[in-house]
Amino acid sequence: MNVLGLYNYWVFAVLLMIGFYAVIANTNLIKKLIGLSIFQAAVFLLYITMGKISGGTAPILPKGVSDAVYSNPLPQVLILTAIVVGISTTALGLGVLVRIKEEYGSIDERDIQEIDRQ
Amino acid sequence: MTVLFGIFLLTLLVITAVAIVRTRNLVVAVMLLGIFSLLLAINFFLLDAADVALTEAAVGAGISTVLFLGALALTSEFEHRRESARRRALSLLVVASAALVIVYATFDKPRFGDPDAPVLSYLGPWYLEETPEYVDIPNVVTAVLGSFRGYDTLGEVFVVFTAGIGVLFLLSARQQGTGVGRRKVDLRDEVLLVVVGRLLVPFILLFGLYVQFHGEYGPGGGFQAGALVAAGFILYSLIEGEKRALSALPLRALTVLTVGGTLLYGGVGVAGMLMGSNFLAYSVLTGDPVTGQKLGIILIEAGVGMTVCGVLLTIYHAFARREPAQ
Repeated sequence: MNVLGLYNYWVFAVLLMIGFYAVIANTNLIKKLIGLSIFQAAVFLLYITMGKISGGTAPILPKGVSDAVYSNPLPQVLILTAIVVGISTTALGLGVLVRIKEEYGSIDERDIQEIDRQ
Repeated sequence: MTVLFGIFLLTLLVITAVAIVRTRNLVVAVMLLGIFSLLLAINFFLLDAADVALTEAAVGAGISTVLFLGALALTSEFEHRRESARRRALSLLVVASAALVIVYATFDKPRFGDPDAPVLSYLGPWYLEETPEYVDIPNVVTAVLGSFRGYDTLGEVFVVFTAGIGVLFLLSARQQGTGVGRRKVDLRDEVLLVVVGRLLVPFILLFGLYVQFHGEYGPGGGFQAGALVAAGFILYSLIEGEKRALSALPLRALTVLTVGGTLLYGGVGVAGMLMGSNFLAYSVLTGDPVTGQKLGIILIEAGVGMTVCGVLLTIYHAFARREPAQ
């Protein structure tokens, strides 16, 4: 149990690095953006994991219950807004990609660099 | 039992992520990303974050997938293996060593769910204790989001608003078509999906409104509701076509929603100042401070919902109406 208690953090580390790998190893720009989404999701998982308390429940306080244990609401608030901001910025990135495709005819990093050199 | 289920889900999450990175078909990668988001949402639910789970399910599994597919239709659906083996080996070395360092660092972290962890000891309990007194609504997440950290949320709404304007600048300039007849395979030809979709749309919209107005009492609020309503309209647009979706909710109405929501949020803040207190102080809005807090939260949540819904639909239409490059 002691070692399993860190499993969430290990998954965070692995997901973070899978996302980072997609960003640095691929030349396709959409794949890079997908990698960034995974990277971002790993950070969400880290925050929510840290707010969890064992035996706790969601921080919604019903009337007349006083002895319940609640998880920390603050990381949840931060991540809740971050998810919506994340999709907006991803959409902006996709918009840039569509324009790149229209101007360069490709969304591959190498093609774009070759055209830029000419 | 829940612990085992959590471990199972987290392992699935890692497997899905590996599959996303390995596949060369970008459509497959995007669909897998949708599954990844859904798994992540279930994980959030197990970690007591009901509000976050609702948002992740609506945004990650729903809207994000549609936007990625829209972008793929305008670019290309296949990734050609262009990178050298050396680059991949080097990248693998970098991420593997970084992962090892992070895993080594986790040994100093408090164990999962440890009640004595520093993160659980200071600010969190304060919010849990003070919310019934200051705001008196059951959902602490909504209270923190709307009232205690209202400045942050206003900033986030501005970021969403700015991203919407950015996408409009990038994609609305030229090559604006109706989006009709550009796809070879259309969702409208799939009878089963159309019938089920038509049945679902009104319930998705109704659920969105419920989440908006019940956000003070249960999991929900403006961010989730905006994403849900936007998802409902996107589904309508996919099965009935752009033209009918735009006549049901024209672009002008979306602009009004986007701008109106942001103005409403800022306006509530300014109203607090005009009535003799600080920016975004709701207590002075009515005679009773606690009622004022409730009124303020309902108003700013409405503003958040309007902006999020407006921006997400504006972005969707910007992608859907664009003609693919030749």
